[in-house]
Amino acid sequence: MPILEGGVGIDVLVCMKQVPDTQKVRIDPERGTLIRKGVPSITNPFCESALELALGIREKRGGTVTVLTMGIPDAACILKDALSLGADRAILVTGRDFAGADTLATSYALSRAVSSLGGFDLLLFGKQAIDGDTAQVGPEVAGMLGIPVVTFVTDIRKITPGGIVVERAADGCRELVRTRFPSLLTVVRAEKRLRMPTMEGILSSFSREVETAGLGDIGAESDRCGLKGSPTRVKKIFSPSNGGLVNFLEGSVEEKAIRFVELLKEKGFVR
Amino acid sequence: MNGEVWVFAEHDWDTLQEIGIELLSKGRELADELGVALCGVLIGSDVEKHGPALFEHGADRVYVCEHKSLGAYDTVKYAKVLTDLIKKHSPQVVLYGASARGRDLAPRIASKLKVGLTADCTDLQIGDFKRPDGTLFQKILYQIRPAFGGNIIATIVTPTTRPQMATVREGVMPTPPVQHGKTGDIVREAIEIANLGNVTRILQREKKERKVNLKGARIIVSGGYGVGSRENFSLIYSLAAALGAEVGASRAAVDAGFIIKDHQVGQTGTTVRPKLYIACGISGSVQHRAGMDQSAKIVAINNDPEAPIFGIAHYGIIGDLNVVIPMLIEDIKKRRVD
Repeated sequence: MPILEGGVGIDVLVCMKQVPDTQKVRIDPERGTLIRKGVPSITNPFCESALELALGIREKRGGTVTVLTMGIPDAACILKDALSLGADRAILVTGRDFAGADTLATSYALSRAVSSLGGFDLLLFGKQAIDGDTAQVGPEVAGMLGIPVVTFVTDIRKITPGGIVVERAADGCRELVRTRFPSLLTVVRAEKRLRMPTMEGILSSFSREVETAGLGDIGAESDRCGLKGSPTRVKKIFSPSNGGLVNFLEGSVEEKAIRFVELLKEKGFVR
Repeated sequence: MNGEVWVFAEHDWDTLQEIGIELLSKGRELADELGVALCGVLIGSDVEKHGPALFEHGADRVYVCEHKSLGAYDTVKYAKVLTDLIKKHSPQVVLYGASARGRDLAPRIASKLKVGLTADCTDLQIGDFKRPDGTLFQKILYQIRPAFGGNIIATIVTPTTRPQMATVREGVMPTPPVQHGKTGDIVREAIEIANLGNVTRILQREKKERKVNLKGARIIVSGGYGVGSRENFSLIYSLAAALGAEVGASRAAVDAGFIIKDHQVGQTGTTVRPKLYIACGISGSVQHRAGMDQSAKIVAINNDPEAPIFGIAHYGIIGDLNVVIPMLIEDIKKRRVD
């Protein structure tokens, strides 16, 4: 990351999410519902990449790294981890008002939190969370704040006075994009893994608490938060094709092969 | 003209992206069910030329938003133009591709309109929804999508806000047949973007010329640990060549040194969603499935009928791939000759 040395510090906010480890999620075969009990919670991996980028920027250019999340009180764990890695400040937005939020209501609450904290040059989000996989919250927060967004950022190439040049993965191409501060970036999983905490980092983080903020603290309207502020509803959840749907081709090996090639023809894959 | 179904038609200067065509196919079904017009939206400079193709793929009407400053895609400008257009015409459904561009644009519009948006849908339907309080919403959009790493499928609805908006995964909707000579109305829109400066700017754009193009592949033939050796991977390459397909691999095959990592499909490799995925000798770990389970059609060839890959496959061939694959290649080649 060949960022220019010198200049004023960059104040970065990293928005993070606590997610269930989707690799360990199991389905109740009878009900087709998610069994979340016993599934460990982790920091969304894309948010880890965003945090690593932010810490890298601070090392090169100075400034501050603030971490923010919205979630249940337990979500403070992921912020604690970020503090032990060197984040300067951590804020947890929590409360019943925020429960059941879809991407619009989540983005509203986060954008209020960002506004109430104020004064960031750069907002970094993971491109998506591995539980919802929507990739919508970053761009929606940017829309609500009225600031530019650059999505699917793979690397930071340069920080210039008042702005930043990033590399992003677009459809079938790679782009170099310049944007001004303040801007919001959504970050894809970078090659560079999130650093490990040092003993010194862990010890020094004990003096920094995770701050909590509720509806009033961030100046949010309750009608626009949580389930009330969410235009989308889940009508039904079901488990995807679970073995009963596979169509085994029958017969001898020759017959199976012929049947398969016929299928390829029906679907237009071969002439 | 009220309550139309709209499709954001992506283009890359000279060519329409296939996703827009796919959206017209599904959009046609939805519009017919609702009894409303299906409309394409073209934004850019010099894009009216794409209108006829949209008509021939099912659109009744095409909104054209041309301006010289819209030549390169820009999130803020495109979102402003489309947000204004939606406010003006009040469509009931707006569909976008779940491409990098669609997923960049749609959320910004949703945040401006304060409406719901469902990401990366794999199916769309029209149906009724009864809210827990008893209110009935008729003929609304069912937005069907996987979540939790593909562990569940959810049907999402947006009962009260309009338009109902969704991004739709590429490659899952069929391409509609071309109706040659079908025409429709072109509606040219006046664009006001005088106040929008260039806050972001694309400095450089490079087509990714990757040797292994798994993302863009229409068909992928993948080999796993069951292929047995690096030499035996030639079977996978031959089948891929016969089908004009790209070669993929499971992590186990890569770790065993059968093939290089560029080919790896899965959570730690590349996520793919081709129209056809043929898994050969791949047991189908969760990690592998997460990277390919959204392929439109999945075929598994494995000698173990209990292999988890069959849990997500549409078609299964139980058998020794060393016998099955050469026969497949022969049959495919025969057809070519016929």
